Amino acid sequence: MLSGYAPVLVHLVLAVLLAAAVLGLHMLVGGRRPTVEKVLPYESGVWPIGSARERVPVRYYLVAMLFILFDVEIVFVYPWAVLVRELGARGIGEMFTFLALLAIGYLYLLKRRALEWE
Amino acid sequence: MTWADLSLIAPELALAAAACAALLQDAWATGPALESRSRGPAAAWIALGGVCAALLLLGVRPAGAAQVGFAGMYVRDGITRVVDLAALAAAGLGVMLSPPYLERFRLPAGEYHALLLLSTAGAMLMGASRNLVLLFLGLEMLSFPLYVLAALARRSRRSQEAGLKYLLLGAFATAFFVYGVALVYGASGTADLSRLGRAPDVPLLHAGVAFLVIGLGFEAALVPFHAWAPDVYEGAPMPATAFMSVIAKVGAFAGLLRLFPQALPQLAPAWGQMLAAIAVATMILGNLAALAQSNVKRLLAYSGVAHAGYILIGIASGGPAGSSAVLYYLLVYVAMNLGAFGVLLLLERRGEEADRVEDLAGLLGRAPWAAVVLAACMVSLAGLPPTAGFIAKLYLFRAALQDHRVALALVGALTSVVSVYYYLRVASVALSAGAADAVAVRHSRFAGVGLALAAAGVLWLGIVPGAITALVQQAVQALR
Amino acid sequence: MSVPAPYYLGLSAVLFTLGMAGVLVRRSALIVFMSVELMLNAVNLTLVTFARLRGAVDGQVLVFFVLVVAAVEVVIGLAIIVDIFRSRDTVDVDDVDLLRG
Repeated sequence: MLSGYAPVLVHLVLAVLLAAAVLGLHMLVGGRRPTVEKVLPYESGVWPIGSARERVPVRYYLVAMLFILFDVEIVFVYPWAVLVRELGARGIGEMFTFLALLAIGYLYLLKRRALEWE
Repeated sequence: MTWADLSLIAPELALAAAACAALLQDAWATGPALESRSRGPAAAWIALGGVCAALLLLGVRPAGAAQVGFAGMYVRDGITRVVDLAALAAAGLGVMLSPPYLERFRLPAGEYHALLLLSTAGAMLMGASRNLVLLFLGLEMLSFPLYVLAALARRSRRSQEAGLKYLLLGAFATAFFVYGVALVYGASGTADLSRLGRAPDVPLLHAGVAFLVIGLGFEAALVPFHAWAPDVYEGAPMPATAFMSVIAKVGAFAGLLRLFPQALPQLAPAWGQMLAAIAVATMILGNLAALAQSNVKRLLAYSGVAHAGYILIGIASGGPAGSSAVLYYLLVYVAMNLGAFGVLLLLERRGEEADRVEDLAGLLGRAPWAAVVLAACMVSLAGLPPTAGFIAKLYLFRAALQDHRVALALVGALTSVVSVYYYLRVASVALSAGAADAVAVRHSRFAGVGLALAAAGVLWLGIVPGAITALVQQAVQALR
Repeated sequence: MSVPAPYYLGLSAVLFTLGMAGVLVRRSALIVFMSVELMLNAVNLTLVTFARLRGAVDGQVLVFFVLVVAAVEVVIGLAIIVDIFRSRDTVDVDDVDLLRG
């Protein structure tokens, strides 16, 4: 029973050794020529503005959280979109009921003015 | 999804619609001001309307054979009926008892009522689930609103802290629960509870069931998963505490009922022992810890832990007798616990909650009816006749004896004797002559009707239990 | 050539345990949330593996629900943390201790 796991162990040891070897060789042999561009934080090729450790206003979190919520609901739309032809009119009805429920949430946010920046 | 499916979940739909209406009405009325001073009781009326509509829809459906819908995920049978009744009673009382408190502490009424209704619908879904996926969704729908309710007093540090603690531990328990679903699914190849009975008895299945029990045990506050209860109960705003103390039990035990006596009878020999051990630990620890409390909210939290232990006796004993005793106890627990909290909700100590035992002193002189209701609920929680708590415990212990679990019944009876001390201490302070000067009593007709209903339930179920006994026995007939 | 199912199950068990250890050991509420996310995603891996193994899709359907549930959990958590942060400048679980009983 346990011997069946021997390959896993061998695999694990090999993986660790290989990773260590690659990193170690890189440290020993590889050259290092840091330039300004190389040590800058990566911001999609745009020149970074200010420090990355800056505080963000709480408003930002609020909008970000609301974004996550509506964003994740999309996972239910994807499988539906793939099968929309087979599901027919009933499928469309169901999906739009779901979207209507999301719209109620959106209306609530609007009325509470959660989306206004100031 | 067909019209037949939709008519099956009509009570849940009524609650959800009322929740949306309450939320939008409040947002429209007060705009961006979440903690507005001027708000009418409109949200409470909408919520009450939703609960009444759900009760009506529940009532008009004939109590016939079980109906299954949503591709076999949802079942509406006798158990669903009683669980729905308990959950709706909790929601109705929760709505009626809270308006004075919400107004005084300026909590957002629309959000409160919407969350309360959604949580109720979650508990009802748990009671109706025939599939682990629906059980999981019901559990989440039950617990997410409770996390927010616990943190509803956003300016209060205690409330924030209660919400964070509840959420962190709840999320932890959720992960266990859903891992359990995954393992059971892997072991049996199905998430359908009606087909789990034929699943092979392999270690993976046991591991999965253990994880499911952890998840549900957390929600029910069973030892050793009860650590959150006292802190969250104490920190949460009192209407939220009152509601969550009952609805979480209703949902969790409905889930355990669907899982053990119904779906997994082949595991009964092994898991009966395990659950009995948890029940014994829960009863002993809950009652002993409650003895030392001077804060009524904490006292009722440990008392809730203890009662979870009692109800688990019914699950461990299994069979029709155990299951019907669980259902009966849930109904009784809703009435007596909300009755007790309802009286506390009327009190106020210098702009704060009056949650110490000594705050109750002299209640008889200033609000005789409230004092009497509180005393009745305490007597019932202690399990003394002529109240409902006595009958409910009797059914549980009888179920344990029928299943030859004498030790379980014995521990239950002995710990009940211990509990008499701390419950009657609260009752005697409330009925004593002294006066807590700083404590003011707020009268409210709305809350008064709620208290009267709760007290009537406690006495009615205790003195003439016949009708409800017949209902719960009819509910579990399919288990025979 | 494909990786056999037990490897996936083992990996998800390891991830689940790591997440569990994170919840129990780490003190920052944010990192505790990340650990819970790790646990939930370990569960997702288990579900997908079993669904694949049995050639059924119901396990995969549950993954969608778990995803959404995880997101909602994080949003509620962040909302509470923002409220806490507004009234005191810490998100350390140990500093949130008014209610220690």
